[in-house]
Amino acid sequence: MNAPPAPPLRKFGTAVPRLEDRRFLMGAGNYVDDQLFPGQTWAAFVRSPHGHAAIRSIDTRAARAAPGVIAVLTGADFASLPPMPCGWMIHSRDGEPMRVGERRVVATQRVRYVGEPVAVVIAESRDAARDAADLVEVDWDELPAVADVAAAAADGAPELHANAPGNLAFDWELGDSAAVEAAMARSAHCVTLTLRNNRLVPNAIEPRAINARWDPVEEKLDIRMTHQNPIGMRMFYAAVYGLAAEHRLRIVSPDVGGGFGSKAHNYPEEVAVAFAAKLVGRPVKWTAERTEAFLTDAHGRDHLSTATLALDPDGRFLALRVDTLAAMGAYLSSTGSLIPTYMYATMLSGQYAIPAIHCRTRAIYTNTAPVDAYRGAGRPEAAYLVERMVGLAARRLAIDEAEIRRRNLIRHFPYRTPVEWVYDSGNYEAGLDQALALADWAGFPARKAEAAARGRLRGIGMSAYVEACGIGPSAILARLGAGAGMWDSAEVRVHPAGTVEVLSGAHSHGQGHATAIAQLVADRFGIPMEQVSVIQGDTDRIQAGTGTYGSRASVGMSATARACDRIIEKAKRIAGHLLAVPAETVDFADGLFASAATNATLSFGELAFAAHAASGFPTDEIEPGLVAQSFFDPPNFTFPSGVHVAEIEIDPETGQTEVVGFAAADDFGVLANPMIVEGQVMGGVAQGLGQALLETCVYDPETAQLMTASFMDYAMPRADSFPELRLGFGCTPSPSNPLGMKGCGEAGAIGAPAAVINAVCHALDIDHIDMPATAERVWEILEARRREQG
Amino acid sequence: MEMRLEVNGTAHRLDLPERTLLVHALRDQLRLTGTHIGCDTSQCGACTVHLDGVAVKSCTMLAVQAEGRRITTIEGLAKDGALHPMQLAFHIHHGLQCGYCTPGMIMAGLDIVRRHPRPDLGTIRAELEGNLCRCTGYHNIIRAIAAGAEAMAAAATGERPGEGQGQ
Repeated sequence: MNAPPAPPLRKFGTAVPRLEDRRFLMGAGNYVDDQLFPGQTWAAFVRSPHGHAAIRSIDTRAARAAPGVIAVLTGADFASLPPMPCGWMIHSRDGEPMRVGERRVVATQRVRYVGEPVAVVIAESRDAARDAADLVEVDWDELPAVADVAAAAADGAPELHANAPGNLAFDWELGDSAAVEAAMARSAHCVTLTLRNNRLVPNAIEPRAINARWDPVEEKLDIRMTHQNPIGMRMFYAAVYGLAAEHRLRIVSPDVGGGFGSKAHNYPEEVAVAFAAKLVGRPVKWTAERTEAFLTDAHGRDHLSTATLALDPDGRFLALRVDTLAAMGAYLSSTGSLIPTYMYATMLSGQYAIPAIHCRTRAIYTNTAPVDAYRGAGRPEAAYLVERMVGLAARRLAIDEAEIRRRNLIRHFPYRTPVEWVYDSGNYEAGLDQALALADWAGFPARKAEAAARGRLRGIGMSAYVEACGIGPSAILARLGAGAGMWDSAEVRVHPAGTVEVLSGAHSHGQGHATAIAQLVADRFGIPMEQVSVIQGDTDRIQAGTGTYGSRASVGMSATARACDRIIEKAKRIAGHLLAVPAETVDFADGLFASAATNATLSFGELAFAAHAASGFPTDEIEPGLVAQSFFDPPNFTFPSGVHVAEIEIDPETGQTEVVGFAAADDFGVLANPMIVEGQVMGGVAQGLGQALLETCVYDPETAQLMTASFMDYAMPRADSFPELRLGFGCTPSPSNPLGMKGCGEAGAIGAPAAVINAVCHALDIDHIDMPATAERVWEILEARRREQG
Repeated sequence: MEMRLEVNGTAHRLDLPERTLLVHALRDQLRLTGTHIGCDTSQCGACTVHLDGVAVKSCTMLAVQAEGRRITTIEGLAKDGALHPMQLAFHIHHGLQCGYCTPGMIMAGLDIVRRHPRPDLGTIRAELEGNLCRCTGYHNIIRAIAAGAEAMAAAATGERPGEGQGQ
C-alpha cells in the first residue's frame, strides 16, 4: 500500500511495436512444417491430371513396393468418411435447398478438377512419398470439361453433378424486383454494364500444412495444422468425421504464415492426413507445394455480372439491378455458398441511399478448384460492381465522380438498406472529403496536362465502399443459413504475482493479436504490456472461439474487454474487504484500487496476490482467484467504410499502366494500434491493386487445365509494383461492440480494384475494361483506336 | 553421400542423398527452420540465405554445391540475443506481419546493402523483386531495409554492426 506510482501511458490506440516480432525476426517462428514428431512419416497426394474424368481403376502395386512406402490409400480406404460439408444452407428462389454435389475426401469414381486427390502415399521420407506417388497408375476415362462460368451455365454444357442439372447449385435472389422495375420505368437514365470479377488465388506464402499423430494409449488425435480457426476445425473433425471425440482431439495452429481466408476452410487433404495417421499408427505430415496450393487452395471471386443502375435527371440513384453468375468450382467449399449471396448482395447499396435493389445470383459448378472466401469474400465483388456502375454513370451523365457520389451518400445512421443490413455508423461525406484532399483531386487536371506533355495518358478514379465486419450476430446468421454461431470468446487469467494470460478464441495469422490484445488488457488493468501474454490457436488450452477471418478480431477483443471488466468488478469487491471500505466506494484506475473513504490504496499486483492468498476476504462470499471468461455475440455487424483514389499513367506505346498515386481514407472506428492498421491497409491495397492490374487465375476453357499454377505464371504484386500510399483515417465508433472497433483487414482489397479500373477507364476515355487491366488489354484498346483513326 | 557444410560458423558433417537441396539440408538435417520454403521454383525468396556473404535461394541449389562455402542463415544474424540492426529495423518499421517471408526478406535486404550501402527507396524496390510478401504490400519492408542500411552504416563508422542495437 505504497504511494501511487505515475499513471502508466495508455497503450490501446497507439502505434506500439509488436510483441510477437522477435521470434519471426530471429528465424525462431514456429510453423507447422518446422515441426517433427518422433516416428514421423510423410504423405504425398496422387492428383487428377484431368479437369473432368472417371476413374476406371487405380493400380497401386508398384507404389506399395517402392522403398520406404508404408501405405498407399485410395478412395476406398476413406469410404467410411462422410462427404465434405458446405456449412451454409442457401435456398433457391423457389424454396428448393441448394444442390450439393458430393465431394469425397478422396475421389472414388470421378474427379471434377485438376488436382483433386485420388490417392495418398505414406512413406518414411518426403522424397520416398513423392517418388512412390509417381508410381500410382490411374486408368482414366476423360470426360468433357468446362471451366468458364458462362460456358458452364449455358445449355448443353458438360454437367458435373447428376443432382445439379445445368450445373446450377442454386438460383437465389435478394431485394424487391418489382420495386426496381417500377423505379427504372420512371428513371431519366439507365446505365448497364457486364463485368467480370476475375478469379484470384490467395497465395499465403506459407503453404497449407498438417502433421497428425494418433496416440493409441490415450486414444487421442493430436494435430498441428496451419489454420485460421483451429477450434472450429476440432468441431468439424469430431462432429462430422468422427476422427476423435472433441475431448480427445487437439488441434494446434502455431504460427500461421498468412491466410487471407484460404486457411479458414475445411480441406480434403487435411482430413485425409488426419485419418491416415490413425490408420497407419504413425505421425503423418503433409505440406503443400506451391503448385498444389494453386491447384487446391480455395480460389476467390470469379463472378460474371450484368448490372443496371437507374438515375433521376440530377444523377440521384433510383434503383440497382444485378444478375450474377458465380463460379463455385467443382464443389461447394466450406462457406462457398455464403460468399456470392449474403456476403455479396447485402453490400450492393454501397455508401448510397438507393431506394430499390435486386440481386439474382446463380451459383454454377465449374471444373475448377472450389471458390470460397478470399480477403473481402463477396464484399470486393459488390464494391467493384457498385463503384464501376457509379463510375460509368458519372461518365455518361458528365458529372464529376466525386460529385455524383456526394449527391447519393447515406447521411443518417443507423441506415437500413433494401438488402438486409442495418449500417451501424459512419460519416461518408467526411471520408470523401478526406480522400479528395489526400489525393489532391482538384489538382489532377494540371498533372494530366503535364503527363500528356510527356506522351502519357493519365487518369484518376475513385471507389467508395462499405463492408460488413465483426461477423457476426449469431441469431441473424442462423436465420440466413449459418450452421454455427460466430460469437467469440476470451478467458483472462490473472496470476498471483499480477501477470496476465489471455486465452483468445481469435487466432492471428499475421494481424498481431498478441500485441493488440496486450494493449487492451494492459490499459484495463494498468499494467505494462509485457506483463500480458496472449495464448492462441491450441484447442487444449482454449476451449471456445471461432477464429479470425472477415476482419472480426473486434469480436474476440470485445470478449477480452468484458472478461477484464468482470475481473475488475470482482477485484473491487475483494479490495473493499482489504481496504475495509464498502465495495461500492472502491474505484479502480491506472492500476490502483482506491476509495474516497480511506487514503490507502492497493496496486493491481497486490490485489492479484491477495485474491490467490484468499485471506482478508470471506471466501464463502467471494471465491478466491481472478479468472474470467466472456462470450461476446455482437448485436450487429460493424460497417467500416472508406474512399480510395487511384491515379495512373498509361504508356500508349506499350499499354503498361503505372499506379502513380494511391490515397485511402478509411473509417474503421476505434483503432487498437494505428501501426498495425496501416499495415493491414497497405497489404489489402496491394492485393486489390494486384487484382486490378496483375493477377488472374486462368483455366484452359477446353481442358480445364490450370494455366497459372506457379509464381512464374501468376503475376503476384512485387516490391516495385506500386508506389507509396497516402493513408488517412476517420473515426465513427461502432455501436456494435464495447470498443467501438470496426475491422480493417479487408478494406484495401475491397476499395482498391474499382478505384484503379475507374482511373484506367478515365485515362483511356472508355466505358469499361475487365480486370486485370494488363498491358496487352490496354494496348489492344489503344491499337484499335489508332487503326480506326487511320 | 557425405558432405561438409559450414553454417553460421559451425562445421557440420552430413550424410545425405545426392539430390538433397540446400534448403532441405538446413531445415531437415540441421533443424535450422528459420529458412522457409514458399514456392519450390525460386520465385518467392523465402528460402534466401547467404553463401560466402552473397544471397542465394537455397531451394535452387543442391546441398553438395555448398560444400566448402560459408553459409549464413537467419539464425546466424543476432549476436548473443541482440538483434542485428536490419532485424531491429524490421521490428521498428513493422516490416513483417505473418513472419513467413521475413527471414528471406532480411537476408535479401542485407544483400542489397552489401551492393548498395545507402540504397534509396527506388533501389530497394527494384532490388527486392525476387522476394514475395503477401501481407505487407512491401512498403514497410522497404522502409525497414532503408533504415537498417542507415543503422548499419552508422554502426560501421562507430562500433561494430549490431552492437548496442539489441532490445
